[in-house]
Amino acid sequence: MTGFLTLLHKELLRFWKVGFQTVFAPMVSTLLYLMIFSHVLEEHVEAYPGVTYTVFLIPGLIMMSMLQNAFANSSSSLIQSKITGNLVFVLLSPLSYQEIFIAYVLASVVRGLAVGLGVYLVTLGFFDLSVASLPWVFLFALIGSALLGALGIIAGIWAEKFDQLAAFQNFVILPLTFLSGVFYTIHSLPPFWQGLSHLNPFFYVIDGFRYGFFNASDISPYVSLGIVAMCFLAVSWLTLQMLKAGYKIRH
Amino acid sequence: MTPAIEVKQMHKRFGRLQALAGVDLEIRTGEFFALLGPNGAGKTTLINIIAGLTRATSGSVRVMGYDVVADYRDARRMLGVVPQELVYDPFFTVRETLVIQSGYYGLKNNEAWIDEIIHHLDLADKAGVNMRALSGGMKRRVLVAQALVHKPPVIVLDEPTAGVDVELRQGLWRFVRQLNRDGHTVVLTTHYLDEAEALCNRVAMLKQGNIVALDTIRNLVNSVPGCAVRLRLSPDTLPSGLRPLMSIREEGYYILTLDEYSQLEHVMAALRGAGSQVLEMQVLQPDLEEVFVKIMGGAEYRESAAVPT
Repeated sequence: MTGFLTLLHKELLRFWKVGFQTVFAPMVSTLLYLMIFSHVLEEHVEAYPGVTYTVFLIPGLIMMSMLQNAFANSSSSLIQSKITGNLVFVLLSPLSYQEIFIAYVLASVVRGLAVGLGVYLVTLGFFDLSVASLPWVFLFALIGSALLGALGIIAGIWAEKFDQLAAFQNFVILPLTFLSGVFYTIHSLPPFWQGLSHLNPFFYVIDGFRYGFFNASDISPYVSLGIVAMCFLAVSWLTLQMLKAGYKIRH
Repeated sequence: MTPAIEVKQMHKRFGRLQALAGVDLEIRTGEFFALLGPNGAGKTTLINIIAGLTRATSGSVRVMGYDVVADYRDARRMLGVVPQELVYDPFFTVRETLVIQSGYYGLKNNEAWIDEIIHHLDLADKAGVNMRALSGGMKRRVLVAQALVHKPPVIVLDEPTAGVDVELRQGLWRFVRQLNRDGHTVVLTTHYLDEAEALCNRVAMLKQGNIVALDTIRNLVNSVPGCAVRLRLSPDTLPSGLRPLMSIREEGYYILTLDEYSQLEHVMAALRGAGSQVLEMQVLQPDLEEVFVKIMGGAEYRESAAVPT
């Protein structure tokens, strides 16, 4: 247990020591999104009956920042360790690949939750957004961050240069989060795009998370949870296989 | 007794490159052992396989009896590796680095031992400094310290003195020698053959993925027959009968290569006959470098071996 806890602690320290960049900066950018979009769109849209656009937007933005930061945490930690070579200290140690996996995922979850909670607390100062069901909110926050933490491990192991990691982030993660219904309910989309959105796992994360706030969502939170859980299991399985085989890290 | 390291039929291929071609090697506990060979001979590959950083294509390795794949957790607890590359984690100070490294090995409250390593490696006044701010030599010391946090019975140093100043080199060897006296098995790779000769009991020489020599330094050196004689003469001319033996003419000196010691007799007789007076005379024993050059393929290798890298 000590080995695993040490790695987890190290991963937490790693982002906390540069907290301005890893926690406060994403909070600020998320709040900027919120200010701008709410100013432009407030009068035009009412997503659910009685839910103004701004209030509708907040859970989506919180989840988006959690997903992006959870991904950034494990992926940037791994690629930095690979490129500077200090991953060798973990690879030489008796830590098992399962311990390495859980430590990186948990650190990602903690960073995701820290950013998400920070954004939420600040918005409370300006908007009236109460939580309808804390368990749903927490569950989706947890599993969404964990999913992206695991994806971050895959990207960090696969990428050999920062350039490749940036490509993964900008061409996979960013479109999937932006097109997941953060800024709109997918019922407002044409049928083709609605159908396409259903193939995006991040859509279910955000939709389920939103249900926790409004008791209303595009689809049932149970279905969303099931789909997200299956995605998480599949991605975790793949990540564990990569770590076990030493793909790109033990030659 | 269980060998410290036991390598059996080790093969490793990187694509079309055969890095190791069937290496068998047993290093006994308590030995001070050197792996020698030119760049690309497979030294680091072999060490990386022992450390679990690289997977063998076939063959097995045991460290203190534990298989490095099947029992990797136990095998890795037995092993401390100082990597060749100067790597560090820029987020942490020296002490944090060592506490974290201890934790990876499951050790809590390792402060007393960490203090001792810090003291022995002369890192005391740098303990609170961020790794980024250290000089290359200091970073190298921290790498050594990291390899020792869990008191491994087997210590592997991959070219620990490359690019390191004289003072640190001597301090490092003093400490490593002490560890060896305390019962740790030490394995090192180095390009400085005089270091290997001064420190080690046994050496293995690798060439293109094969072990081409494996013996004590004494036996290896004795395996080169004969000696060299360095002479200063008055008058400064070599009797013609000795010309065929001359290998090098230095300023004022002649160096003769003899196949056996008994030829000394003949040299002395020839000098006497020519009326030459011997002003200085040294008998030069073959050293490890000579053995190395010979084994690695003679003259064509001599040039690159002469350049310490």
